[in-house]
Amino acid sequence: MPTMFAARERLRPVRRARTTNARRRESFTAFGMATPAVVLLIVFLVVPVALAFTLAFTDARLVSPTPARFVGLRNFTLLFQDPTFYKSLRNTAYFAAVVVPLQAGLALVLALLVNAKVRGVNFFRTVYFLPVVTSMVVVSLLWTFLYREDGLVNHVLSTLTLGHVQGPDWLGDPATAMPAIILMSVWQGVGFHMIIWLAGLQTIPAELYEAADLDGATRWHRFLHVTWPGLRATRTFVLVTITIAALSLFTQIRVMTQGGPLDSTTTVVYQAVHSGYDQQQTAYAAAVSLIFFVLVLSVSLVQRFLTREKD
Amino acid sequence: MTSFLKHLGGHTVRIVLALVFALPLVFMFVSSFKPDDQIFGDLDSLRAFLPVGAMSLDNYTAVFERVPAARFLLNSVLISSITVVLGIVVNSMAAFALSRMRWPGRKLVLTAIIATLIVPFETFALPLVWWVNQLPLLTVNGFHLEWSTGWMDTYQVQILPFVANAFSVFFFHQYFQSIPRELDEAAIVDGAGWFTIYRRIVMPLSGPAVATVAILTFLPAWNSYLWPLMVVQSEELRPVMVGISYFFQLNVGWGQIVAYSSMITVPILALFVAFQRSFVNSIASSGVKG
Amino acid sequence: MLFRTRRLAAVSVAVTAATALVAGCTSGSASTSGASGDTLTLWTHNAGNSVELDVVKKIIKDFNGSQDKYKVKLQAFPQSDYNNSVVAAASARKLPCLLDVDGPNVANWAWGGYLDPIDVSGSEVPVLSQLASTVGRYNDKLYAFGFYDVSLAYFARKSVLNANGVRVPTMDKPWTKDEFNAALAKLKKSGKFEYPLEMGTGGTGEWWSYAYSPQLQSFGGDLIDRGDYKTASGTLDGENAVEWATWFHSLVAKDYMAKKSGADPNKDFLAGKSAIQWDGSWNAAKNAEKLGDDLAIIPPVDFGNGPKIGGASWQWGMSSTCSNKAGAQAWLKFSRQTKYFVDYAKATSTIPATDAAAQQIADYQPGGKFDVLVQFARKYAMVRPATPAYPYISTEFEKASKDILAGADPKDALGQAAKSIDNNLKTNNYYSN
Repeated sequence: MPTMFAARERLRPVRRARTTNARRRESFTAFGMATPAVVLLIVFLVVPVALAFTLAFTDARLVSPTPARFVGLRNFTLLFQDPTFYKSLRNTAYFAAVVVPLQAGLALVLALLVNAKVRGVNFFRTVYFLPVVTSMVVVSLLWTFLYREDGLVNHVLSTLTLGHVQGPDWLGDPATAMPAIILMSVWQGVGFHMIIWLAGLQTIPAELYEAADLDGATRWHRFLHVTWPGLRATRTFVLVTITIAALSLFTQIRVMTQGGPLDSTTTVVYQAVHSGYDQQQTAYAAAVSLIFFVLVLSVSLVQRFLTREKD
Repeated sequence: MTSFLKHLGGHTVRIVLALVFALPLVFMFVSSFKPDDQIFGDLDSLRAFLPVGAMSLDNYTAVFERVPAARFLLNSVLISSITVVLGIVVNSMAAFALSRMRWPGRKLVLTAIIATLIVPFETFALPLVWWVNQLPLLTVNGFHLEWSTGWMDTYQVQILPFVANAFSVFFFHQYFQSIPRELDEAAIVDGAGWFTIYRRIVMPLSGPAVATVAILTFLPAWNSYLWPLMVVQSEELRPVMVGISYFFQLNVGWGQIVAYSSMITVPILALFVAFQRSFVNSIASSGVKG
Repeated sequence: MLFRTRRLAAVSVAVTAATALVAGCTSGSASTSGASGDTLTLWTHNAGNSVELDVVKKIIKDFNGSQDKYKVKLQAFPQSDYNNSVVAAASARKLPCLLDVDGPNVANWAWGGYLDPIDVSGSEVPVLSQLASTVGRYNDKLYAFGFYDVSLAYFARKSVLNANGVRVPTMDKPWTKDEFNAALAKLKKSGKFEYPLEMGTGGTGEWWSYAYSPQLQSFGGDLIDRGDYKTASGTLDGENAVEWATWFHSLVAKDYMAKKSGADPNKDFLAGKSAIQWDGSWNAAKNAEKLGDDLAIIPPVDFGNGPKIGGASWQWGMSSTCSNKAGAQAWLKFSRQTKYFVDYAKATSTIPATDAAAQQIADYQPGGKFDVLVQFARKYAMVRPATPAYPYISTEFEKASKDILAGADPKDALGQAAKSIDNNLKTNNYYSN
């Protein structure tokens, strides 16, 4: 750093010598270079977010012979009377509440397993990561097959328990459909967060471990007093990203269960797509999207607040 | 001895987990070569994971006979690669302007871009469908350019919304800041312009960042499902993931479904294994910097 | 400065060019829609059904050869996403001049402004001579016509029914609800069938409304009050409807029927996995070929309000955005020749829309092998409600039926569907233009 400051000092006279013309040129070029990204973000992100707030108060449809009209809070009134909407909220919360700790915890275990200094960890890291590179659509199709009543999962269960356990029709039973989707989602996504944890683990200085070893700390103590505190920044990131991904649950539902059986797997995003695309109720879907937006925003703000407090 | 046992315990856990993660994919790939009744027959034993019995490419040929699978693959290759290339150019230019140049409003723009990071696509996907249907569209009809309305069912509706990406801008921004500014100053003294600095000095030094952004843009583009499901209907514009989900609805046998699945998965898995280090570094850096 | 700006300009141009290139790629699909001059584009849903597609091709070839002015160009889609393609094309204002439309969607597509009324007066076959269910009207205007209808029926093996002491019903004396339930109980008890009844519960989409809403109607319920098409409450969730739902669920609860059928129900039936299959006339020829005289084609069960089947199949119409309506009308008129009605029916083993055509096909003549299917269509067919709300009603009915099979309370599930439909009608201002 000191050398950089020195360099800047030396260059200062050159800078001063630059004319206002050069400044203007710099601004002009900078505007030119930033414009494509800024314009695209405005058109494809800012405007649609603003539209969610506008369309939700109209009766817009994707195709309609009549122009959209302002209808006040009608879409929200209907939404709050719709039992499916409450089920969507409940299922989304259920999914997030299980997946967040499960996936974050398992990912940390995997990261610790492949962070050890033994031979072959690279191989294991690669294998654990394979499902992440596989598309969720493919994973969902594959597991639809595995979860059949006469599918691989039940055959394996039966073999492992010597025939004592006869698995259910996982996706056809309201009691097991969501847990089955949760397991599959964790299976697919856990490798991603393993890598994030791993990157965090590798930022912890080795001296801290050596010092702990000198103090004769047990493995558990070492984890508690060196590893865990060292992962503070990573923790926030893992928490926030898994939560947002979990709240956005859609692909698995669309491919595997279409919200059924008995609405046991319908989610907020699934409901938005079903009403907005399948049933062409654009305005109603905008209302669902708006509520989802508020939900995500408040959850991430709360998480940010909680993690900040501890710092 | 105890240390050996410790390692043994650890390795046992590692191996069991590896089986849990790998076997479903092995099953998928192996089954894609088997006829349907054999797939079901093999479920009872380890044969489910082994390339044994009547192996053939029948499922694959059946897929190509049933749907234009090659066209879907081509579409996805085209869409993903254009998204990646445009994304690298557009986002790195913006990041360059934001990180190395001085201009009014710079801080505000950077803050605004970072703020959009917490908005998941799903929150505005539905209004976006309605919105792209209102956008003006310029098409080439013979030698005429024609204006019409609505981007539904086009290639660009699958590409342009995903070109500018707040995370990519942010990532390039962080990376560019680690490149010494003295290089810019020296180049300016030599009479180079800012765009030359971007193109000739900063970008060539940013190989790893480009690789990261390329990978992190390519995967979601290749895997995209929700968006094309809603805005693409013509078969000739359909990407692979929507293609396979429609294929699934045709009530074809499972052998064909796993064959199609393998076809669009195995190349990506192979790429991953070949460029593992880049992949893993990309993901890792997305976490540390974020 | 000049040099640098040029560089920037060059990159901007490159980016724009790449975008334009992408945009250019789409022009291919854009230019095939509608009509260019006297060349008209025609869309059909049967890319996956080559026999039916061949008839369409033949009519096009004959039409193109019969005169020099117009040319019709075909584009075929798979049925699974045809409707979505049309909706997308309509929203993108890229509809072709000519297109086919599933009967129950005519009202919605007419209301949505996709279709224009047609005038086919003076063609060889008068519209009035057609089966009512093959004519698509909305607000008293003609929007579409079909060449055939299909009919649903129960298929069974006479030998199996006889062996289990089940009467083979006739149109004069169809099964009653109690008789049908007793038959299922006997077949189940025989132990030969895991699920004696096959009703295609693995299907998705329109099949649910097409196959099961006639049973609801036979119980005395309906999808919507057909008095003014303004409310479903009291009809879809009325006493009779709940009775239907309770019965429908009992089929699964008593293991008479699978909650979700396999991928190919007809194959399962022919393989002897099920005893009775509720299926379309399109499989009649195949079943007859496999089972010969043992095949029984059984009328729908009379659940109290008479046997019912759904009417209206695919029909032809003209888009409102067509730039050459004279050409489109010419094609529609040309196609209305008895020989084409015959070709369709023969190729797809469906029911010809006119008597004149039926008389030319031995199997459909009085006393013919499949005459009974024509009788079903004539006597029992009830069109699905002709309202622009139909696509919405259909998705709600599908969801409610699936929930009922999965064990939802029949009254709650139907009540919720009725409420959603009422809300949809209300928020869309009852689909008034």
